[in-house]
Amino acid sequence: MGMTIAEKILAAKGGRKTVVPGDVVTVHLDTIILFDNNFMPSNWREIQRVCDPERIVVVFDHRVPAPNQLAAGGHHTGREFVKRFGITRFHDVGREQGISHQLVADYGYAVPGSTLVCSDSHTCSGGVFNCLARGVGGPDIIYAAVKGETWFRCGETIRYELEGTLSKAVTAKDAFLQIAGVHGDHATQNVEYGGSGVAGLSINARKTITTMSAELSAEFATFECDDALTQWVQARTLRSFEAVKPDADAKYKAVRKVNLSELTPLVALPDSVVNNSQPVGALKGTRIDQAYIGSCANGTQDDLELAAAVLRGRRVAPGVRLIVVPASQTVYRDALKSGAIATLVEAGATIAPPTCGACGGGHMGVLSAEETCITSSTRNFKGRMGEPSSRVFMASPATVAASAIAGTISDPREFLN
Amino acid sequence: MKFKARVWKVGDNINTDLILPNRAFYLTPEEQVTYVFSANRPGWAAEVKKGDILIGGKNFGMGSSRPAARSLRNLGLACLVAPYINGLFFRNAVNFAFPAIECPGVDEAFDEGDIAEVDVIAARVRNVTQGTELIAKPLPEQLLSIISAGGIYPLLEKEGSISAKGLSR
Repeated sequence: MGMTIAEKILAAKGGRKTVVPGDVVTVHLDTIILFDNNFMPSNWREIQRVCDPERIVVVFDHRVPAPNQLAAGGHHTGREFVKRFGITRFHDVGREQGISHQLVADYGYAVPGSTLVCSDSHTCSGGVFNCLARGVGGPDIIYAAVKGETWFRCGETIRYELEGTLSKAVTAKDAFLQIAGVHGDHATQNVEYGGSGVAGLSINARKTITTMSAELSAEFATFECDDALTQWVQARTLRSFEAVKPDADAKYKAVRKVNLSELTPLVALPDSVVNNSQPVGALKGTRIDQAYIGSCANGTQDDLELAAAVLRGRRVAPGVRLIVVPASQTVYRDALKSGAIATLVEAGATIAPPTCGACGGGHMGVLSAEETCITSSTRNFKGRMGEPSSRVFMASPATVAASAIAGTISDPREFLN
Repeated sequence: MKFKARVWKVGDNINTDLILPNRAFYLTPEEQVTYVFSANRPGWAAEVKKGDILIGGKNFGMGSSRPAARSLRNLGLACLVAPYINGLFFRNAVNFAFPAIECPGVDEAFDEGDIAEVDVIAARVRNVTQGTELIAKPLPEQLLSIISAGGIYPLLEKEGSISAKGLSR
């Protein structure tokens, strides 16, 4: 019987001929990423040996630069770990820092057919590279660092066939909000993206979709490999790889079509993205206090350029805070060179350093009681970005930028045409 | 792994941030338990008695990798039964030896305060109050053995791969 992309990688890395839904498979891990939260006192257990320092990456991203002494202490513990085991791929505060999932893209850490874990839920982001990547727990990542392997439970796979082309001011985020809004959660299931519409999506756009698949509660999210993807990876790493295609007779729980040409800007209402999307017009006029563009989902150069295109020659509305967070120092440098950062700052945006920051309610833009934010970040749970009574709407960077100008939730098509 | 106790019920799509909000991140695991459901059910954590059973809704535990399952365990809950569970939350349930099983229909089979009898290994869930029984999905042997060992840390401690001391347990 044929296998899906996830099933084929599980089989290859688990030393099996076939894998079917329901199997629990122990797999070899090619890349194991630790980040600053792992080293916080309530999470950390001192590791005495590691499987292979060359397979380990250490990133500081959630609390960068350290907002308080406890975070600083965690960073110190992380630096000691790096020193003790001679980890060379270490992304401390500085030139090579960024949000881990963006660094995976910037540095080619996820190659097609490989496995990657990190104990951040949005690690499924790496699935854009035709890689089996997923978020695991803190103890899982310590186990992985020691043993170089972990267990994965194989679920059934839902296949999305993307067709057509996105219209102006409509983005991959809207495509995701469409899927989440219509089909709800995908807990215990894998999602696989393919179809003729993929070629028209940049790698960054595809990455938004795999990153956001965590919000579907998906197990693994994978894209098929194409020339654009191969070129992206080869430009960033010398590692050899072989793309994994689903078998022609792969068994899917469902195959669903998404026509990108028909999509319009969408907004998820506060508290969840599961069955919670509305056309932007339905929320027109909703007043906002803060607008946020960034995170592992939407902090790429594409996202900053799009926001800059909306904000060029315009100003953020009085009383609104627009916070823009490039997802990595590489993205930041590129957006400085292109002029996007200058445009954003001229419009009144505050640029924060690459960090998960306020996306998780950590720092750099936390919300007060009763405040309303529209965000292009990953998650809009109750209290996610601050006080439990604050409200977080989720939309594309274009919609967030348009809303920042108007001071109320607004349709980006009015600003880009 | 058999438990008999009164049940608490929560709705669908309960997320990890409700169980362990960011503002509790810097606290000790013991202190973190007081924040469980503080945003959606203030005061509830103090009402839970050791051994109580939690009946979740669909897509229980969606969200982050934070050790939310550890907080539920430390709160004194014996186990979680939900129609289906987010895979990452489930991993942490295994990691921290908090039995969590999937049982279609369980959300509709119980009223809060009913007495449940849960047999984790046999994968059976009985509503003692209403006299009904449901069949749950059995936990794979490999994962049951991690739970029986007390979770990931005791396994790694035993072989000397991690230090025996730490706040995270």
